Amino acid sequence: MTTPELIVTTAVFAPLAGAAIAGLFGRYIPEKVSMTVTTGLLFLACLLAWTTFTQVAWGSWTRPFTVELAPFINIGKFQSFWSVRVDTLSAVMLIVVTTVSSLVHLYSWAYMAEDEHKPRFFAYLSLFTFAMLALVTAADFMQLFFGWEGVGLASYLLIGFWYHKPTANAASIKAFVVNRVGDFGFALGIMTVFWSFGTIRFAEIFPAVAAHGHDTWVFAGQTWRLMDLACALLFVGAMGKSAQFFLHTWLPDAMEGPTPVSALIHAATMVTAGVYMVCLLSPMFEYAPTAKAIVTLIGAVTALFAATVGLAQNDIKRVIAYSTCSQLGYMFFAAGVGAYQGGMFHLFTHAFFKALLFLGAGSVIMGMHHEQDMRKMGGLWKYMPVTYAVMMIGTLAITGVGLPGVELGFAGFYSKDAIINAAYLAGLNNPIAGFAFMVGLFAAGLTSFYSWRLVFMTFHGTAKWGHDAHHADDHGHDAHADAHAHDDHGHGHDHTPHESSWVALTPLVILAVGAVAAGYVFHNLFVGEGRTEFWRGAIFTLPTNHVLDYEGKLPEWVVWAPLAVTAAGFVIAWFTYIRYEGFGARLAARKGPLWTFLYNKWFFDELYDATFVRAAKFLGDLFWKGGDQKLIDGLGPNGVSAVSYAVGKGTGRLQTGYVYHYAFVMLLGVAALLTYALYSF
Amino acid sequence: MAGILSLTTFLPLVGVAAILLLRLSGKPDDARTVSGAKWIALATTLATLAMSVAVVAKFDPAQSGFQFLEDADWFAGLHYRMGVDGISVLFVLLTAFLMPLCVVASWKSIEKRVLEYMIAFLVLETLVIGVFCALDLILFYLFFEGQLIPMFLIIGIWGGKNRIYAAFKFFLYTLLGSVLMLAAILGMILIAHTSSIPELMAFKFAPAVQTWMWLAFFASFAVKMPMWPVHTWLPDAHVEAPTAGSVILAGILLKMGGYGFMRFSLPMFPNASAQFAPLVFALSVIAIVYTSLVAFRQTDIKKLIAYSSVAHMGFVTMGIFSGNLQGEQGALFQMLSHGLISGALFLCVGVVYDRMHTREIAFYGGLVNRMPWYAAVFMLFTMGNVGLPGTSGFVGEILTMTGVYGASTWTALIAATGVILSAVYALTLYRRVVFGQMTNPALGSITDLEQREVLIFLPLIIGTLVLGVQPNLVFNLTNASVDHLVAAFNAAAGK
Repeated sequence: MTTPELIVTTAVFAPLAGAAIAGLFGRYIPEKVSMTVTTGLLFLACLLAWTTFTQVAWGSWTRPFTVELAPFINIGKFQSFWSVRVDTLSAVMLIVVTTVSSLVHLYSWAYMAEDEHKPRFFAYLSLFTFAMLALVTAADFMQLFFGWEGVGLASYLLIGFWYHKPTANAASIKAFVVNRVGDFGFALGIMTVFWSFGTIRFAEIFPAVAAHGHDTWVFAGQTWRLMDLACALLFVGAMGKSAQFFLHTWLPDAMEGPTPVSALIHAATMVTAGVYMVCLLSPMFEYAPTAKAIVTLIGAVTALFAATVGLAQNDIKRVIAYSTCSQLGYMFFAAGVGAYQGGMFHLFTHAFFKALLFLGAGSVIMGMHHEQDMRKMGGLWKYMPVTYAVMMIGTLAITGVGLPGVELGFAGFYSKDAIINAAYLAGLNNPIAGFAFMVGLFAAGLTSFYSWRLVFMTFHGTAKWGHDAHHADDHGHDAHADAHAHDDHGHGHDHTPHESSWVALTPLVILAVGAVAAGYVFHNLFVGEGRTEFWRGAIFTLPTNHVLDYEGKLPEWVVWAPLAVTAAGFVIAWFTYIRYEGFGARLAARKGPLWTFLYNKWFFDELYDATFVRAAKFLGDLFWKGGDQKLIDGLGPNGVSAVSYAVGKGTGRLQTGYVYHYAFVMLLGVAALLTYALYSF
Repeated sequence: MAGILSLTTFLPLVGVAAILLLRLSGKPDDARTVSGAKWIALATTLATLAMSVAVVAKFDPAQSGFQFLEDADWFAGLHYRMGVDGISVLFVLLTAFLMPLCVVASWKSIEKRVLEYMIAFLVLETLVIGVFCALDLILFYLFFEGQLIPMFLIIGIWGGKNRIYAAFKFFLYTLLGSVLMLAAILGMILIAHTSSIPELMAFKFAPAVQTWMWLAFFASFAVKMPMWPVHTWLPDAHVEAPTAGSVILAGILLKMGGYGFMRFSLPMFPNASAQFAPLVFALSVIAIVYTSLVAFRQTDIKKLIAYSSVAHMGFVTMGIFSGNLQGEQGALFQMLSHGLISGALFLCVGVVYDRMHTREIAFYGGLVNRMPWYAAVFMLFTMGNVGLPGTSGFVGEILTMTGVYGASTWTALIAATGVILSAVYALTLYRRVVFGQMTNPALGSITDLEQREVLIFLPLIIGTLVLGVQPNLVFNLTNASVDHLVAAFNAAAGK
């Protein structure tokens, strides 16, 4: 193994070693040892990842390389290998994942201080990190799928970490199952690629796409354009993992997990895997115009939908969760209009400021003794100055504050404007991209409103956490009452908020630096003039794709519009939550139809519950009690003995069986029909 | 190495003889006799495992044909023929691997007629290994039907409350298929003038004959799998069977059907197999969707896992009849992996059943609070059951789906919903049994895994994970034979 190969391989496997040690021996060694080992190995991985990234971006590792470690599944043309693939795209993901993960490990020393299961928690965190690194360094679809479901497992385990909470258990199952719906499409996409390309290895697929660009493919009785079908099916997987519209319902519930988990998995890394996948597969998506249109549309709708729901939520973590969902929508429609680099750039900056916001929210939750309802906060800036400062930075970054004229601003300013600009340019001759542009602009205003609303309700205004206020309010919201009972810090009845320890604040400060500077430092590389040299073919765009060359082609109003809507969002939030404090609460209290619609998240949970969940239960009971017990057993073993019994006694008991005979024939008829259908397709 | 297969097959009978001798020399219910019988059974099964490992070690994976051939005149012109190829050698190993675990799993939970119980298991082992080694139709039939008897007894004598009903249901169903298969076997011998399986594999039956033969064999194998709609014996049999009985039932007996399809239906009746493939696909996807939904609604842990077995076997049957490399290898792997995972899941049920004597899901809840290691083990096999990559459960599922996609995209589409449904029932079960607060006071003193139980689970854990990451360990063994099977099938079916 050469030195670069050794470095990246160690970076990938160090977290697995940590997970194994803490997971297997955590019960027998002091918990501090488990925590030190996992955190230490993560920082090692982070160091190696940054080494890799700097070498790939500026240093001597100019050629992408793949370390082939061992065979995985090898049957005929179905060839997959355990590998570590390094190019600019995976190097970017390596630093995003290991940086946020190591900071989250460190932060968890403070956040989980009172928990009895620290080794298990750190083992899960490290396991997640390993799976995520396996995902981003995969060289074929099987390892990608391994990482994909591996992070899903870690997410499931961490959402349900507090297993005594029924809400946490329900949320963890929901996350797994909804992700499986996505993986259903993902798996079919992989099979489509396999049977059409005769391989599942990226290095063999990508060069062959151009030749297959206009092929057709018969799937489920229909003829499709091959690339559109394959990419659309694969995108279903991305929709699940990245919580896009229709498959988003698991993400807000995932907030049942401890807050460091929300920051790492459900904001900065795992949920961006879908975006990463679309960018990785850009050589395929570039030949799939319809699939790209679907990506654009779903992304734009998600950006809008989640932002509207975020307006009306009161749980501090859920606001940020919907914000994540919405920002992921931005990344997707960027990729959908062809600005993959813009999507990756937003993924990169978003990792900093969203992890910052989540960990900041965690600091608030700690300071408030496990209170998550923003209506019971207020005026916290005096008590938690550092948290307040970094949350301000995070908010300025996510709302994309910056000056277009001089090109100076917080991280989100560069990436979000790049996306909106590219969408505008693409929208000139593509109505779906045009729709995405308008949505992106409008949702930027909503983002600004809900982000400032969060800051104002939490840190400004009158304090609502005094003894009386606290007890007067109803306590029914979410499950925090339960969490409260479990891991109260033991402060007794002292409800005065307090600033978090420096163990918790240090990661926040580091992330704040990223939220300020990541855009300024990297925008030229990711989306600017240096991008060809930076990406070195890791992202493929057709020669006709110029959406990122918007410099000098944008009308003045497009350049300034994002700042204007952001300012408008801020002003409205300021009026409703500062100037006329209580106005927002009164508006909510009236429970108007729009508010009800948004507060209940467009009633998706209710809809799915009434359709899929109930149908599954109904059909399960029907097949079991009607199908198995009455029909099959009634006519089979039990029926045979009953008939002979009845015949023997000369009674007419057979008559009662007629209904079942008819039904049995029907059941067989269904099977026959399906067989016939499979014959004919 | 001639004779090694017969040695492996009949070695368990030596244990039977030893137990009988022990019984003659002492009192049957004496504690020392009982314990002696257990140790004899364990030693015998371990020796058989060692033999089968030797078989695999000596096996030449580069050859596609049968190896370690034995051929002897028997009586009345019949032949005693034995031999294994890459497909059957795998099942010999699986059987020999699971048997010692079954003996250890029964160590404490079987209290009455321990000697007879151990004898039944050892006889069963001989018959099962015989099924996979037999290269003569008549011999195969004898082993194949013979194993019904010990299994019938294991359920009927050491089973639960409704054991008689379950045992008869099991017997009725399988007998029905057997009668038809026997008729087909006689017909084949009359037409081809040989009962040698390798010769029959090369014999070309007329298409019209193939159809009838295929259907007759199908009746038998479909019941064994079991395929929808002849699956209802399985949940009852599992629920009533003792834990080790369930392990063998799910781990090995269910594989008889899949093995039969690959040994007989595909190579001997290729045209009929191709012709009936859509029927198999339809029944497979119905099994996957239907039984997954039924599993979701079960209130008995064992029944739920039994239904999930039916769904998993749906992947196997559709893989086999997809007629391509991915499908066949996936089906083989899925059978092997299911042997480990469902066996382990039934053992997981056994752990709590031994302690609480109920399998009602509602009785449990919050076990993780007192049984963290049990929770971890159960979680691992639950993940294997839902086909998480990294466990062996994934490899079989993705390969069978990929295989069937090549034959019928509709089938792949419907089967893929199984990956959603399996998550629904498996995780719901886990949550209700393991997670949550422990509210049932009866569980207050429940204890975590003891050493004996850890010893049982450890090989299964290692197997599930190692095969999940390095499935080629299996494929290296099966490649040549499966390549040959697929090539011959496609040539004969005119594809």
